[in-house]
Amino acid sequence: MNHWHFILGAYGLTLVLLVVEVLSVRARRRAAARTAAASGAPAREGSPGALRTPH
Amino acid sequence: MALNWFKLSSPASFYPVAGAMIPWFAWGAAILAAIGLWLGFGIAPSDFQQGEVYRIIFIHVPSAWMSMFLYVVMAVWGALLLGFGTRLSGMMAQAIAPTGALMTFVALWTGALWGRPTWGTYWAWDARMTSELILLFLYLGLIALRQAIGDPRRADRACAVLSIVGVVNIPIIYFSVQWWNTLHQGASVKLTGSSMETTMLAGMLVMSFAFWFYSIAVVLARLRVIILERERDATWVGALAEVRAAGQGAAR
Repeated sequence: MNHWHFILGAYGLTLVLLVVEVLSVRARRRAAARTAAASGAPAREGSPGALRTPH
Repeated sequence: MALNWFKLSSPASFYPVAGAMIPWFAWGAAILAAIGLWLGFGIAPSDFQQGEVYRIIFIHVPSAWMSMFLYVVMAVWGALLLGFGTRLSGMMAQAIAPTGALMTFVALWTGALWGRPTWGTYWAWDARMTSELILLFLYLGLIALRQAIGDPRRADRACAVLSIVGVVNIPIIYFSVQWWNTLHQGASVKLTGSSMETTMLAGMLVMSFAFWFYSIAVVLARLRVIILERERDATWVGALAEVRAAGQGAAR
C-alpha cells in the first residue's frame, strides 16, 4: 500500500503553487516599480512622518 | 537602545527593513525544507498501517497550521489598524491574505489526497474539513471585499472587521476533532507530548518551520509591493533605486 501517485500529486501541486506565488509577487513588484517611476506627482500621503490613517 | 516601534510602523521606515529580512527567511525556508524532506523521505520509516502515503503529513500538517496561524496574525494586524490607525497594519493584513488562502488550499488538497487511500474518500462533510473549507472562503471573501472597495483605507477597515469576526472559526477548526465525532483523526502533537515516532515528528516540525519561513518571506515581499503601489506618489518612493531603474528602463 504505497500510493506514490497520491504523494506526487500532493507535493507536485504544492510546489507548483508556491512557485507561482513567488513569480506572481515578483511580476507585480516589477509592475509596481514601473508605475511608481511613471508617477511624477508630488507627495500625497507617503511622507515618512505620515504614520496614521486619518479617521 | 530602545527600538522605536511606532517609527517602524511607517511604510517608508519598514520598506528597507522588510527588504533586508526577505533573503534570510527565503534561504532559511529553502534550507529547512531540504532538511525536512531529507528527514521525511530519507530517514523516517514507513508507517505500519498506511505504508508510504502518510508522508503527505510533511506538507499537510505544516500548511494546515500555517493557514490558522496566518489568519490569527492577519486579525491581530486588523485589530492594530482599528486601534491605532497605523497604515502599515492594513498593508500587512492585505499581504497576508493570499498566502493564507494558498496554505488553506494546500491543506485541503493534500488532505484530500491523503484521505482517499486511508479513508476511502477524497472529501467528507466532517467538522474539521468543513471548518477548514470555511476558512478558505473567509480568506477569499477578504480578498474579494478588498477588491470591491476602491479606497484602500476604507478597504483596510472593512477587512479588519471581517477578519476579526472570522477569528471565531480558528478554535472551531482546532477543537473540532474533540468537540464532534469526526472522520479526521485527533491531534498527534500536543503541548504535553506527541504520539508520533521521533524522526517522523522531527521531519514534520522542521517542515513546519520551513513553511513558516516561506510565509514570512513571501508576505514581506508582497508587503513591499503593496507599499510601492499605495505610496507611488511619495517622494521617498521616487528616490528608490529600483524605481529609478524601472523609470530608466521605460525611457530607453
